[in-house]
Amino acid sequence: MVVKRARRIPRVLVAKIGLDGHSRGAQVVAHGLRDAGMEVIYTGIRQTPAAVARAAVQEDVDVIGISSMVGAHLAIMKKLRKELEALNATDIPVILGGIIPQKDYDALRALGAGAIFPPGSKVSDIVEYIRGVVR
Amino acid sequence: MKREEWEELLALDYRNRGRRKARFYSDSKIELHDLYDADRLQRSGFDPERDLGFPGAFPYTRGIYPAMYRADFWIMGQYSGFGNPEATNERFKYLLSKGQTALALALDLPTQLGLDSDHELADGEVGKAGVAINSLQDMEDIFDGIPLDQPRQIFTTANAIGPIMLALFLALGEKQGIDPSRFTVVLQNDILKEFVARGTYIFPPTPSLKFAIDAVEYCTRRHPHFKPIVVCGSHMRQGGATAVQEVAFSLSNARAYIDEAVARGLQVDDFAPSMECQLSVPMNLFEEIAKYRAFRRMWARMLRERYGARKPESMQCFIRVYTTGYTMTAQQPLNNIVRVAIEALGAILGGAQSLSTNAMDEVLCIPSREAAHVALMTQHILAHETGIADVVDPLGGSYYVESLTNEIEAGARELMDEVDRRGGAQKAIEEGFYQKLMRKAAADYQREIESGERVIVGLNRFREEEEEIRIESFEVDEGVQERAIERLRRTRAGRDDARVRSCLESLENAARQGRNTVPALIDCVRAYATIGEMCETLSRVWGRYQESPTWL
Repeated sequence: MVVKRARRIPRVLVAKIGLDGHSRGAQVVAHGLRDAGMEVIYTGIRQTPAAVARAAVQEDVDVIGISSMVGAHLAIMKKLRKELEALNATDIPVILGGIIPQKDYDALRALGAGAIFPPGSKVSDIVEYIRGVVR
Repeated sequence: MKREEWEELLALDYRNRGRRKARFYSDSKIELHDLYDADRLQRSGFDPERDLGFPGAFPYTRGIYPAMYRADFWIMGQYSGFGNPEATNERFKYLLSKGQTALALALDLPTQLGLDSDHELADGEVGKAGVAINSLQDMEDIFDGIPLDQPRQIFTTANAIGPIMLALFLALGEKQGIDPSRFTVVLQNDILKEFVARGTYIFPPTPSLKFAIDAVEYCTRRHPHFKPIVVCGSHMRQGGATAVQEVAFSLSNARAYIDEAVARGLQVDDFAPSMECQLSVPMNLFEEIAKYRAFRRMWARMLRERYGARKPESMQCFIRVYTTGYTMTAQQPLNNIVRVAIEALGAILGGAQSLSTNAMDEVLCIPSREAAHVALMTQHILAHETGIADVVDPLGGSYYVESLTNEIEAGARELMDEVDRRGGAQKAIEEGFYQKLMRKAAADYQREIESGERVIVGLNRFREEEEEIRIESFEVDEGVQERAIERLRRTRAGRDDARVRSCLESLENAARQGRNTVPALIDCVRAYATIGEMCETLSRVWGRYQESPTWL
């Protein structure tokens, strides 16, 4: 079990999983979070769910942010969930951004997605959400 | 009236009617003046003879052809992808029957990354962004009943696998009994930009660059009418680059390719005419128009002055344009039709040779048939109803456009010098120089939207209350992946394994010895080796490249 130490600065892992190379959104969010004073790790593109889950646990992050642009969000969340379960780390909130149809929102929430940010979302909304989660 | 008198009137007008902004800037942060006039243009060192010339003549600022669109409109090449070879075959036949003369073969991500359809990382991605191609068998099915010489040109998004696609087309030509002199293959094959944006790299930068130039070298020596490389600024632009950065980075990448080809002993005039460029066209209309003009001029000067090109064809840059994804909004998506029309207008006034217009719903789903139709009709409306194509370079000589053209050239030149100081494009990319500037530009863009400084209609102004964003699922035919895997297994079962092994061995040897890999690749594809097997073989020699997590 991961023991969270008390800290005021949120630590976030921003990840791209799968083959999709559209990284502009993920990078803009990652740098936006950093500029808002958070500690941010950006994984780079084409990571596996296992590597992301491992990094999240190793780096003791408070939130995992996943960006998905080509419709692989459900598959990604299922696999990530499994990896987090294996590491006993499903308590790390996962948030999603990108091109994600509303009809998948419920399924994604059931898989542990805490929030979903569609195109046109503000970085400041994401900052606010994370600050609300990490207290 | 004297300039000073007018300036007094101007100041008075601002006093009376206010001023929207204290300062005005283009998207590349070039400060815009109140008014551009002959005096300002002259003071910027503008020399019409040197900087403009005539259309179809050096430095090609006004266009690469003397008659431009009065002779013929630009190529209206729409980009599309379909799940499996049969669907792609059907679509291609339909497009050809409707008079389309060029085909674009979109590849799914596993194919672009050298992963066979049954690779575990391919799971869920097979047939999504385009068609899945594993072996020559898939090519035979895609082009079943379509002789390769029927379309004028076939374009593919092969980058990391560029030379493999070349081998596949050459082997397919043999199967169809059509000599390569009778068809034309266009490979994107621009691997450097993949490390900066788009992301479909396989091998590390150095062998990747070498591999890309294998295709250039092979085509130059054997099939000089093929287009073995399209140098792309558009993806970097989509990834955040400004117009100035798009010009500077793509020209710097072009230099890296030309340097490598010259180092192989090729003459610049033998391969430069086959190089093409692909640029983006976001909404900042005049800056975009100026960008194309600056780009052509810089290309021409670079080829002549830096590389000693003599042939006009080497200095004429054929420009493919794609309208932009990041300017589209998921909110009020019908507005995107207007955005695409304005972007297309910019490309045409800028003198593009080929134009692909996005569908208004691309930010929400795979384009619907109706949206794809509107996108193409947008081009026809511009071509036939507006008269903008009836005069060669209608904006040439505009004080504003010429000034902006100069400013973009100056800005891009400065940035290219910086890339040079860092040891060229590959080094600059490896140390993250492009990426850093692009990230900053993308972050600035986002910040401007969030602060309201940059208005995006329907997004941060003129919003509809409680608008529901209707993103649709990427529905791909059920079973595309299973069928691709089944087909792959059949191919593997039906081939001569010993022959495949020996061909792959020869490929490995060619790579190890630093020889051109294309002849070995042709043998491999003839033996029905898969793209996955060829890339696996090459990666044993070259390694694979993977981005690693970083603390920001």
